[in-house]
Amino acid sequence: MNWTFFHKLGSPRWFYDLATRWQPWLLAASLLLLGTGVFWGLVFAPADYQQGNSFRIIYLHVPTAILAQSCYLMMAVAGLVGLVWRMKMADIFIAAAAPVGASVTFLALFTGAVWGKPTWGTWWVWDARLTAMLVLLFLYMGLIALRSALEDKDLVAKASAILVLVGSVNIPIIKYSVEWWNTLHQPATFKLTEKPAMPPEMWIPLLIMVIGIYCYFAVLIFMRMRTEILERERRTRWVQKLVDAQEPGAGR
Amino acid sequence: MSFTTFGEFLAMGGHGLYVWLCYGVGFAVLAGNYVSARHARRYTLRVLAQRQRREAIRQSEVNRRESESEA
Repeated sequence: MNWTFFHKLGSPRWFYDLATRWQPWLLAASLLLLGTGVFWGLVFAPADYQQGNSFRIIYLHVPTAILAQSCYLMMAVAGLVGLVWRMKMADIFIAAAAPVGASVTFLALFTGAVWGKPTWGTWWVWDARLTAMLVLLFLYMGLIALRSALEDKDLVAKASAILVLVGSVNIPIIKYSVEWWNTLHQPATFKLTEKPAMPPEMWIPLLIMVIGIYCYFAVLIFMRMRTEILERERRTRWVQKLVDAQEPGAGR
Repeated sequence: MSFTTFGEFLAMGGHGLYVWLCYGVGFAVLAGNYVSARHARRYTLRVLAQRQRREAIRQSEVNRRESESEA
């Protein structure tokens, strides 16, 4: 296996340049995809025969819920890489992903609650899926609190990696909660092994939204990671040159 | 298109409040993420630039004193 990529990925400067180049394209792609998805989902997708138009919340709820979980999984992988190989970039990723992950988890919970009101007749139930998702939000918030409470960067990296890894047991619980326990929550919309139960004019915009929100996530992560890299590498010549070359007020 | 008038679109078959509340908050949170990432980046660049300027001034001061003491 060729490890060059892995070694390059470990270099903050290489990553910084790559992220700088990719960021505008990812932003354009995400705006295009999210715009198309929202427009399609709100205007063109047919209303659900049982839920009527409140089902359109799905186009926000499902993408944010998927991202909330996969962002946590990515952090767990980064945490493992950070612990095993002491890769600086791993903790930089966790630092960037935590606030973004927390906010999409909040969105998934919020849109779920608002969708639940007209559909189930209640904003909230303490069932397995919803509770596990709330635990995920607390894990994200705990991680952010932990990171801001500690000074020593090495200690922060180690403690966050352990917290993220321990918390990752929650992810399969969220995933399978709708199958293991009785719940009001409907089963997964997208499965790898089956065709979606909805007609294409309903699930295609949803798929567009999912891809769009991943692109947008990448934009946010790249921006935050670049900032984090500048801060940590501020004593290197390339960062000092880059800071010198910045126009006042610039900072895309 | 699943609506015939704009009023119907806003009403969302009586579920307008729920749908628009979700999309409003969704937009605010997603856009807010971009704004805060951009803000953090600008702040860091400003702080680093300031620090570098200070460091440059300090360094030139040191150089000046050294050349004075040599002279």
